[in-house]
Parts: sequence; C-alpha cells; structure tokens
Amino acid sequence: MQFGVFTIGDVTPDPSTGRAPTEHERIMSMMAIAEHAEQVGLEVFATGEHHNPPFVPSSPTTMLGYLAGRTQHIILSTSTTLITTNDPVKIAEDYAMLQHLAGGRVDLMMGRGNTGPVYPWFGKDIRQGIPLAIENYHLLRRLWREPVVDWKGEFRTPLRGYTSTPMPLDDTPPFVWHGSIRSPEIAEQAAFYGDGFFHNNIFWDKGHVAQMVDFYRQRFEHYGHGRADQAIVGLGGQVFMRKNSQDAVREFRPYFDNAPVYGHGPSLEEYMNLTPLTAGSPEQVIEKYLTYADVVGDYQRQLFLMDHAGMSLATVLEQIDILAEQVVPVLRAEFDARRPADVPSDPPTHASLVAQGPDSRYHLVRPATLPEDRATGAGSGTEAELTEAELTEENA
Amino acid sequence: MTRRLAVVSAGVGTPSSTRLLADRITDAVRSQVGARGEDVHVDVIEVRELAAALATMTTAGGLPIAEVERAQEIVRHADGVVAVTPVFSASYAGLFKMFWDTFDPDDLDSVPILIGATAGTPRHSLVLDHALRPLFTYFRMRVVPTGVFAATEDFGAGAGGDQLARRIGRAAVELAALMVATPDAVEGFVPTGRPDRGDGFNVTSITPFTRLLAGHDGD
Repeated sequence: MQFGVFTIGDVTPDPSTGRAPTEHERIMSMMAIAEHAEQVGLEVFATGEHHNPPFVPSSPTTMLGYLAGRTQHIILSTSTTLITTNDPVKIAEDYAMLQHLAGGRVDLMMGRGNTGPVYPWFGKDIRQGIPLAIENYHLLRRLWREPVVDWKGEFRTPLRGYTSTPMPLDDTPPFVWHGSIRSPEIAEQAAFYGDGFFHNNIFWDKGHVAQMVDFYRQRFEHYGHGRADQAIVGLGGQVFMRKNSQDAVREFRPYFDNAPVYGHGPSLEEYMNLTPLTAGSPEQVIEKYLTYADVVGDYQRQLFLMDHAGMSLATVLEQIDILAEQVVPVLRAEFDARRPADVPSDPPTHASLVAQGPDSRYHLVRPATLPEDRATGAGSGTEAELTEAELTEENA
Repeated sequence: MTRRLAVVSAGVGTPSSTRLLADRITDAVRSQVGARGEDVHVDVIEVRELAAALATMTTAGGLPIAEVERAQEIVRHADGVVAVTPVFSASYAGLFKMFWDTFDPDDLDSVPILIGATAGTPRHSLVLDHALRPLFTYFRMRVVPTGVFAATEDFGAGAGGDQLARRIGRAAVELAALMVATPDAVEGFVPTGRPDRGDGFNVTSITPFTRLLAGHDGD
C-alpha cells in the first residue's frame, strides 16, 4: 500500500494572518513539503496541474524534475496531467525525460481538468473533453511503446515517422492512472488498458465513489486484466489532526470556512459527515479511512491533501509528521491484514514493470484483448468490430 | 396496479396555502386514477424541509446529500407529478427552482406533470404559463394543459371557489389519463414505453471502449 500527499498548489491567504504567500514562496513550500514527505517515509508526492490563479503548478515536470534531483526514494507523480489540453507528444517527451532523471520514480495521473475556460485558452473545446482524453492518451501510449509512430487523428496535426525522444527509461513507460470523479468513460478507459483508476474522493460521498470504483473493477475484469478485486485503485482524502479532536476542529475551522475550494457553503460538520474530510484526532482519521477499504475494496494508493486553504508551511509539515508517525503505520497494518494474498498491495512501479519483461501486456499498444476473443481464439485487430457488436448486444 | 404520484409543494409557511392547494389537487388526482381502476401511492415532498440541504448542495459543487437524493428518487420514479409553488416577484419561489435545479434534463423525460401556483392576487395567474410551463418543457416532461392557479380569494366560497374546484377536477382528469396510459405499440416492434430516463448518477449504461476509441486510434 502506498501512502502519500498530493497538492493542488493554491495560493490562499492564511486566515490567521490575512497574508497570502507569494507565488515563489508557495512554490518553494511545495518543494519543501515533497522533500519532507520523503524524509518521514511517505511513498508518493503528486502535484496538480492548473493554468489559472489562485493555483501555481502550471509546469509539473519542471517541479518534479527539481525534486527528482533532491530526493532518493519517493515516487513523483501528478494529480493530474491534463490529457485534454496538453499535446500528447509533449507529454510523452516531458515525462520520459523526467523518468530518466528520476531513475524511474515516476508515474502520472491523467485528468481532463476542472475549469471550463482552460480549454479555449489552449485552443480546445470542452464539449470534446472525453474524445480528447481518449484520442490523446491512445497516441501517448503509442509514442511510449512504438519506436516510430505514424498517426492521423482528429485533434492534432498528423505524425509521419515520428520518434519520441527520449524513449522511456528501460523502454518501460511510466505507470498511468486515470482520474475521474463522475465520468464512467474514463473508468472504462482505465479498465480497457489495465491502468490504475484514481478517485479524487475529497468532494464526494462514499456511495458515488463506490459506484465509480466498482464500475472500473468490473470492466478491468471484463477486459481480462485480472479479477475485479485485483484492479489498481487509488483514493484521495484530506485530514487535519491534533491530539485532541476539539483542538483539531477549532484550529481547522477558519481554514475551512475561508478556503475557496470549500466555498463558504456547507458547514465543516456537514462536509465531514459527507466526505473523507476529517478534522480530529489521529485515531478518528484511522477509523474513518479504514472504512474506505470496505467502500471501494482493497486498494493500493491513498493520497492526502495536506497543504491547502492558506495553511502555513510549518503547520503542514507538522501535519505530515503526525500522518506518517501515527496514522500511516496503523492504516498500512490494518489494510495488509485484511487484503487477500493474491490482491496486489502496491501499484506497479518502474522496477515491477521492467521485471515483467518487454513482452508483457503492459508494453503492448493494445494490451486489452477481450475475454470473448480469447475464448474463440481470435486475435486483436480485425476482430475489434466483431467485439464491439457483441458488446452492443450484451448491453442492449 | 399502484401508480406513484409525487407531490412537490414549495410553500414556505406552516400552514401553507400552497400545501393546501397541493392537497386538494392530490385528492382529485387520487380519485381520478382510482376511477380508472388503479391504486395511487402518494409521496409529498415539502421543499421547505430541504432548504438547507439544497443550499449546501448548490454551493458544494453538487455534493450529493441523502435527504435531497431521497426526494429526487421519489420524483424520478413517479408515474405523475404535482408541482405547486407560491408566486414571489412574478415567478416561482426561488426554493422551488433550487429543487428542480438539482435534476439533469434526462432525469424526468416524459413524466406527466400538473402545475399549480398560489398568489395573493389573480393578477399573477399567467405565472403558470410564462414561468412553470417552460421550466418543465425544458425537462421534456408532459405538462397537462390545465394549470391550477389559486389566488387568496379562490379559497373561499363563491364564484372563485367554484371555478378553482372545476379547474382542479379538469387538471386531475388530464393527469390521471397520462398516469394510467399504456404504450400503444406492440412491445418489441418499435421503441415503446418510457424513454430512457436518467437515474441520477449511475454507471450502469456502458459505452464499450472500442466504440469510444473508434476514429481516435490514429489509424
């Protein structure tokens, strides 16, 4: 089980002082948080990608490249990489370069972005969000797996005899997650390729999260990547802890009440009741997060949003200490204890993917042969249409 | 067979003249459906009781809240709906609109609905046709031709009261007819019955990825 932190990189005034950090201060504090996360033994640091204030992380690979040089063990990831508005060719190159510099300690999460205006700024149409995510990602997969790519799609200029450089480290592309809150198409995409599925979770109630993850698991099995309970699932969450739960609530409330992400709407209590947000003692955090293995099944990655809403760097580092010392060891032990032996405890890593060898399904461009294809001995390629017809019938 | 009637009443006071009108319409619909040999199960949604939850949901990016979801379920699974609102500032109550704003356009496709409104004076009577009817047309609901508007004076005896009773009766006949209607084509030959209605958030309908990828695989 991997535990880590993910940041959205918001620049928000600290309600206790009224002062907002400068962009430079905020960026450097994110770097300090990542390095601290490694020092206390957390396994993942992930950054969002935004192109609008009050967020600063517009250039994740630059940030993660800096961290690659300053850290040894922690996995550097994104939450998310915009597969809709970025050029997939540039994503292929940027993240392959990052992967080399980080010695393979890189995976990334695809997302469509949460702000409408970002699309037109980059010349895209938000109504095409899903098709963009599907086409761009398919091209990205090919660029990372085929030495020479010929491509003609709907959304970018064609490629003729294109070779992406550098190719991924050890010819092994980074592991990819697909993040989606409520689009079944994206869960379907993750399942088709056998990639991971991440539910941000932090603004949602258990019922909806469970529905999305369950759908991904069923389709993961359908596409022949393993049993539903073996699919690779990640969740987000957010917590604020003090020894005494009343202290945690009292200290966290002004941040909650003033943070743009929570929006001066529901009360802290309502929010805690409905979502993973927990302001309380480490024991309360443990109790609540243990229930998520019942909600979504045994899962492989839990990321916490720790630095947001104007919280000072000192407070965030303190929170990460509490998380790593008092919460993660218990959660890890409990999750390990309940997980069946044949359900993976961790998501694939660079080492595990290299070990699978170049002929493994992960390295194939279209790894998803449908179960019914295998049953009839048919291959991929021309059978795609037949398969589609069968599926249509199945779902009629 | 038991038909399900959902009554959405957006009165803000207790007692509420809006609820009073909703109850009279409900009784009329019940007896009209009964006259067609069917039973009626009635669920009443007092939007007032959802006010805080609706505000929370609206300001928290659609965060689902159980009590609102329960009310949505009732409306989605209804064979007929009665929706009654007080008139504020020449339109439906804001609270009334907040409730309908939580639905997707596909959620209520072809559900029959009877619209009603209450106001202090008869001068607001066109609110049904300039505000409520377009709203439910947007949802592709089947709005019955007769709307029921009641000004304060219509609750008394006299000409106004008689006319209101007649209108309620006529609207109830129209709604009941739609609630018990059965598809008139042979099942299996043409698409019949209810169109696909959304069911809030559900991921049971699958578009296979091969179809999503078709045309986008770069070949």
